[in-house]
Amino acid sequence: MVESSPAITVDGLTKQFGDLTAVDGLRFEVASGEIFCLVGPDGAGKTTTMRMLAGVMAPDAGSATVVGYDVVRDPEGVKNHISYMPQRFGLYEELTVDENIRFYADLFAIARREREARVAQLLAAAGMARFHDRLAGQLSGGMKQKLGLCCALIHTPRVLLLDEPTTGVDPVSRRDFWRILYSLAAQGVTVLASTAYLDEAERCHRLALLHQGRLLLCDAPGRLKSSMPGAVVAVTAPTPAAVRDELQGMPGLSSLLVVGDGVHLVVDDVDLRLPAIRERLRAAAIPFSEIARVAPTIEDLFVASITRQAEARP
Amino acid sequence: MNDTAVAVKDLVKRFGAFTAVDHVSFDAHRGEVLGFLGPNGAGKSTIIRILCGLLHPTSGDVHVGGIDVARQPEAVRAQIGYMSQRFSLYNDLTAVENLRFFGGLYGVSATEFGARSRWAVEMSGLAGRETALVATLAGGWKQRLALGCAVLHQPSILFLDEPTSGVDPISRRQFWDLIHRMAATGVTVFVSTHYMDEAEYCNRLALIDRGRLVALGTPSELKRTTMTGGLLLVECEPLGEALVALEQAPGVLEAAIFGDAFHVTVLAIEPALRDLPRYLAERGLRCGRITPIPLSLEDVFVQKVGREATAGTTAS
Repeated sequence: MVESSPAITVDGLTKQFGDLTAVDGLRFEVASGEIFCLVGPDGAGKTTTMRMLAGVMAPDAGSATVVGYDVVRDPEGVKNHISYMPQRFGLYEELTVDENIRFYADLFAIARREREARVAQLLAAAGMARFHDRLAGQLSGGMKQKLGLCCALIHTPRVLLLDEPTTGVDPVSRRDFWRILYSLAAQGVTVLASTAYLDEAERCHRLALLHQGRLLLCDAPGRLKSSMPGAVVAVTAPTPAAVRDELQGMPGLSSLLVVGDGVHLVVDDVDLRLPAIRERLRAAAIPFSEIARVAPTIEDLFVASITRQAEARP
Repeated sequence: MNDTAVAVKDLVKRFGAFTAVDHVSFDAHRGEVLGFLGPNGAGKSTIIRILCGLLHPTSGDVHVGGIDVARQPEAVRAQIGYMSQRFSLYNDLTAVENLRFFGGLYGVSATEFGARSRWAVEMSGLAGRETALVATLAGGWKQRLALGCAVLHQPSILFLDEPTSGVDPISRRQFWDLIHRMAATGVTVFVSTHYMDEAEYCNRLALIDRGRLVALGTPSELKRTTMTGGLLLVECEPLGEALVALEQAPGVLEAAIFGDAFHVTVLAIEPALRDLPRYLAERGLRCGRITPIPLSLEDVFVQKVGREATAGTTAS
């Protein structure tokens, strides 16, 4: 996948708003044709990073380039090669799907000869061809996001910046949206998307986990998961709180979490702790149906990483 | 002892010619955390508005805490608390002023208010910050304060709309811990969400699609019983061609790309494990690992709801 120089380089990028450091010394690279996710809660610095990379906000320190253009020295060069879809993308609700796309085609000065074919191709890829004459205001959340993407793609950008494109979108529409992103990446478009949904981050090639403006972790989801120390164990049980109360404080167990039908926890050593958990619950006569190791989620990694940092602090 | 907190029987709601809720029946028990999942416009919000006494049902019986919502919507409202997605706090008021405002709205008496507000401050970890402007509070605190406001009048039923979206994972875990502790005191909690991580925290899930209840069960029941087949992790390159090939492969119901691999829903695990490697190799694709993996709730959702459901427009 990495054939050429990186599509995006970010080096020590920093942005201050008064006393608040919204983005604090970020450093990462995104390869050409890669789908890269900025992942983190509200206030982690995702939108500010996006804005700086789109050339619409100047950093206070550090530098960044997008397809070779410096975001500070040559923001116009950046803008010519990217598409930026902010969280509230400017769709005209009282215009139809077709009219919205044509408006963006005008903005980006797409030649009339190319236009018809391009619009048809985008609508077909988004599965929206049969809704072309519907008012944008009458589309569902997922369809609106797909229309926003069509508008953003009208001019064949080399880099696509998407700020929380799937917030409020249901899982089925989200899958469709990701399918479109993968077909773009296959055509060589580099995608940088942000999300506050940690489970969604599992879909990208690589991700940067952000917290309070800082980079916590950056790697492929699979590699991040296999690097997590210990293992996540799920105990399925009808009375989760009783399981938690019984297991709390047992050696080698941490991060006990009551979920809907059981308890999730982290153990240092599966072979040692699983039999111990089983025995403990049996001895206390607390019912359970299953105790099994499960794959860690990105949220597990996030929590483990923050906890380690907090412990390392004096 | 009757432990049914909410009883919904044959509920129908029509808006003109459109049927938003189509013969839905379910019960929620005291102390239960019940999740509502479904695509945009499936009818989740309509059901919740009816349960809150804000919309009149077209037909069917809905009892909340033993009260008939069609006959006594006002009485129902005294029993419920509601916390919206982007917590409806006033940023330019302090924490305590927000509590006082919501206490007034919900009719909490002056004598009760002191104790309830102290409880809310302690529960949300805001001790020492009672007079801080809400605008200056971090997300996790705001969220717990919003919860405090929503339950100041000690409702027996609590509605949460994507309560932890955008909140950092540590605050989110604290929040769900609070919710489960509250449920343990007998409060029934309804959670409406698109967020499968949130759905995992629910004791039972109701999947709503086009106004109908299409599945109801615990997260593990749904994962076990929904799928006719199973789920495989398939490593195969190049991704684009592999996706097309996988979608057309015999026995494959659905394929989705996850990073550098696919999650493939198949009719049956064994034949797929046997046949897929050869099928992919015959098409010139390089195949790596193929291994069964456990289902996620998202897989359940996608299989139950299906694609055609999201092709249309919203109801509202």
